[in-house]
Amino acid sequence: MGVSRRDFIKLSGGTVLVASLGVNLNPAKAYAKELRIKNAKQTTTVCPYCSVGCGILVYAENGKVINTEGDPDHPISEGTLCAKGSSLMQMANSDTRITKPMYREPGGAAWKEVEWDWALDRIARLVKDARDKSFMTTKKAKVKEKQPDGTEIEVEKELVVNRTDAIAHVGSAAMDNEECYLMQKLVRSWGLVHIEHQARI
Amino acid sequence: MTNHWIDLKNADVILAMGGNPASNHPVSMKWINRARAKGAKLICVDPRFSQTAAKADFYAPLRSGTDIAFLGGMIKYILDNDLYFKEYVVNYTNASFLVNPEYKGPAELDGLFSGFDAKTKKYDKATWTFQMDEVTGVALRDVTLQDPNCVFQLLKKHYARYTPEMVVDITGTPMEKLMEVYKLYGATGKPDRVGTECYAMGWTQHTVGTQNIRAMTIIQLLLGNIGMAGGGINALRGEANVQGSTDYGLLFHILPGYNPTPNASWPDLATYIDKNTPKTKEPQSVNWWSNRNKYITSYLKAIYGDAATKENDFGYSWLPKTDVGQNASWLMIFDKMLKGDFEGFFAWGQNPACSGANSNKTRQAMTKLKWLVNVNLWDNETGSFWRGPGMNPKDIPTEVFMLPCCSSVEKEGSISNSGRLAQWRYKAVEPPGQAMPDAEIMNELYFKVKELYKKEGGAYPDPIMNLTWNYGERDAAGKVKHVDIHTVAKEINGYFLEDVYDTKVEPPKLIGKKGALVTSFPSLQADGSTSSGCWIYCNSYILKDGKEVNMMQRRGKDDPTGLGLYPGWAWTWPVNRKIIYNRASVDLNGQPWDPKRPLLKWNATKINPLTKTPGVWEGDVVDGAGGPAGSPTGKLPFIMKPDGIASIFGSGMVEGPFPEHYEALECPLEVNSMSKQRVNPTIKIFGDKMDASFSCDARFPFVCTTYRVSEHWQTGVMTRHCSWLLEMQPQNFVEMSVELAKELKIDNGETVIVSSGRGEIKTVAMVSERFKPFKIAGSTVHQVGIPWHFGWQFPEDGSGYDSVNLLTPNVGDANTMIPESKAFMVNVRKA
Repeated sequence: MGVSRRDFIKLSGGTVLVASLGVNLNPAKAYAKELRIKNAKQTTTVCPYCSVGCGILVYAENGKVINTEGDPDHPISEGTLCAKGSSLMQMANSDTRITKPMYREPGGAAWKEVEWDWALDRIARLVKDARDKSFMTTKKAKVKEKQPDGTEIEVEKELVVNRTDAIAHVGSAAMDNEECYLMQKLVRSWGLVHIEHQARI
Repeated sequence: MTNHWIDLKNADVILAMGGNPASNHPVSMKWINRARAKGAKLICVDPRFSQTAAKADFYAPLRSGTDIAFLGGMIKYILDNDLYFKEYVVNYTNASFLVNPEYKGPAELDGLFSGFDAKTKKYDKATWTFQMDEVTGVALRDVTLQDPNCVFQLLKKHYARYTPEMVVDITGTPMEKLMEVYKLYGATGKPDRVGTECYAMGWTQHTVGTQNIRAMTIIQLLLGNIGMAGGGINALRGEANVQGSTDYGLLFHILPGYNPTPNASWPDLATYIDKNTPKTKEPQSVNWWSNRNKYITSYLKAIYGDAATKENDFGYSWLPKTDVGQNASWLMIFDKMLKGDFEGFFAWGQNPACSGANSNKTRQAMTKLKWLVNVNLWDNETGSFWRGPGMNPKDIPTEVFMLPCCSSVEKEGSISNSGRLAQWRYKAVEPPGQAMPDAEIMNELYFKVKELYKKEGGAYPDPIMNLTWNYGERDAAGKVKHVDIHTVAKEINGYFLEDVYDTKVEPPKLIGKKGALVTSFPSLQADGSTSSGCWIYCNSYILKDGKEVNMMQRRGKDDPTGLGLYPGWAWTWPVNRKIIYNRASVDLNGQPWDPKRPLLKWNATKINPLTKTPGVWEGDVVDGAGGPAGSPTGKLPFIMKPDGIASIFGSGMVEGPFPEHYEALECPLEVNSMSKQRVNPTIKIFGDKMDASFSCDARFPFVCTTYRVSEHWQTGVMTRHCSWLLEMQPQNFVEMSVELAKELKIDNGETVIVSSGRGEIKTVAMVSERFKPFKIAGSTVHQVGIPWHFGWQFPEDGSGYDSVNLLTPNVGDANTMIPESKAFMVNVRKA
């Protein structure tokens, strides 16, 4: 009979079920008890690397990810993961991650740590200044216009554009859907049209 | 993907060409192997004997950039041997349509189609049209497929030149291998045989990328493989949520839900709707885009809320407009940036210093910025561009911000996989240090910029002031304290903003109550009474039995059809339909072509609970409304196409209605064996000194392609920092054949320099049997390949070497401008 390790763990919580299996699960129960994850909070996630969308179980204890492994209930991945998906724990726990906003001044030779508020205020100021200086409500363009006799001629017109060409944005396929939606909403409200991301390359 | 990952198990033949699923989508091999266990054949066509090739039942090599020649030959083989699925081709494609007699193709015009203007490098498509019936207004057809002007006959004529001899001369594929692939794949034209295709950047990153995919689509249509379980044409997308980020319009040319971005020649909403709503007189066509007005209006209501009124055109004028015909895509951005056109630049969750083509140009371009904001989990080559190789920080005036964001286990939200399956991820832990979720960073910037406009005024504040941002509890100053991501997901799904009635029935029937979540997009309205941030995701967060249900969180494990659809697991756009164009899987009476794999079936006697009339579809969620195509109320299967059928003749393409073989911009041949036209005539060539390209140049004699390895991902930022992965693949390499290594006197493991017209990199030689020299037009052509996961910034000692994109050319596909990273010319020498 096929009992996955996850089923073992689930079953080991209910002795009636264990008994009904008619097999001796004592070794598995002992194993489950000793698992590093026995006090951990379990959540599910989806692998952040390729687009297969494999399911991953994340175990956290004391605010730290202590284990990640394939989600056996997931219909696509059925508990399996590739090398990258199996390394998710290392990604989350990486000690080379940046943990504070950093700033490099014009001509500067090094990063320095700054406060969030300072960085965000400064960026907001730069966005506004660039936008205000460059904003075009209209732009002259040559357009084809139909004449009463059915012919088309090219005429110069002042067309509404309501945009800035001074700021560009790229990213990101690494964000969640809801964040992608917010992102396009935000940058388009500033008037950007140079908006791109990974899908183009 | 038209289909989805698990569906690979339903195929009889799987063609992996333009992609390498074993390395890059490893878990997908589970489903490919499950098909093989039932007798299916996996064919791999790749310049390199890849890991997929190692698992394949059959492997054939081809030179990078010659896929259209290879596939064009397959089209000819299918037609010559009558292997096509006639009933499908006649009823569900435009094969029978009569084309304008003035249309001419490359067979007559030596590589060009009719209408080419050499000065503008553009086609006038006036002759790429159909002969129309003056009375009915639909295209004239010859269902016998004999008329010399019908699409089928023109297709035959076009590919008559793609003889096996011509193909092997171009591709370098050994003749017997070519014929074996044609035979194996061509056998899926029977109603009960299904073939599928898996591609990735191996097809898109070419100057003929879109046409590579179209060539395969034509094959799939001829063989009746689109819409079928186990069929389709499947883009194996490279990133966990690149499907979603595309759906949500993070591209210059589309708003969420594939609504085009407005341009200046559409001054008001009425014009926008008129110009973007396809018209048809075909009575059986669903013509789904005729709903454009509902989707764009509901989008405007979502982003501008109560400020969007009928009187102000629902705020349409607040959206930024591009110039007519403006291309604001990736390569254009960096070209403009190099010219100093931008003050500011956001590189958000992305590493352009290594990811785009011609990285030297990208990196130089960034030195011209006044400010750059880099949002990431780690420092990378983009954030630190000013201290990169060859840079003198003192000379670089750019202010740079590096903002730490959350990893995927430190926040919650949904992502959409390649099969359009939107799955919810949960927060497991708090982020390290002061790292913030991307949504929180956006929240801060939104309010800070808005605050400045409130205080100081400024240029056209209307779109900022009128933007809705109701995502949670507010502080005393009115700022949203923290973004509740569920409120965003619900805004995306959409709401009834008033009580909405179906007025087509008497008495009018209530569809939705004011304030309720919209059930699905057929309920969206064009009068401002509904909102939806992205109509294709409408139905992802619904009201069920009075409770709001996040469909993307579901974990149901039932598979009622046995085809692996798992309709209760998370949620797939659109409306939980698992296979797009699934009506093409049934005959005119709604009965499955393949009774062994019935994806959909019309039950004519069962009463439809909604309409109370007999006739319901069983199986997958059917594409569009109405009965089977052969019934009086019947609808044609290709619901997103104006005429309801699929386009074998596709006049929407920039470079021609049929795919034609052109060489890559950089190639080893002086002439194209197929015609006088060496390269795609419609590509944009940037002509500046940083945009150099060299064809048939003795300095760069070898074809090169980029690729990925299992242990790393994209530019490597998310994998180079994982020691397990870095240990397995610690540094970049150039893979080359034993023959080439011998010729160059290079040993396996030796450090070498690879150079192109745009730059050079140091790397390690990997001499392998996986590349073999090609025989092309009587000469020997060598190809090499280099992964693109590395960069100078990490490992910090530089031991990984720098990015291969320092070598790739910044020339793009004529339709999409995706760079040609899969076929360019290099030299290899000892370091």
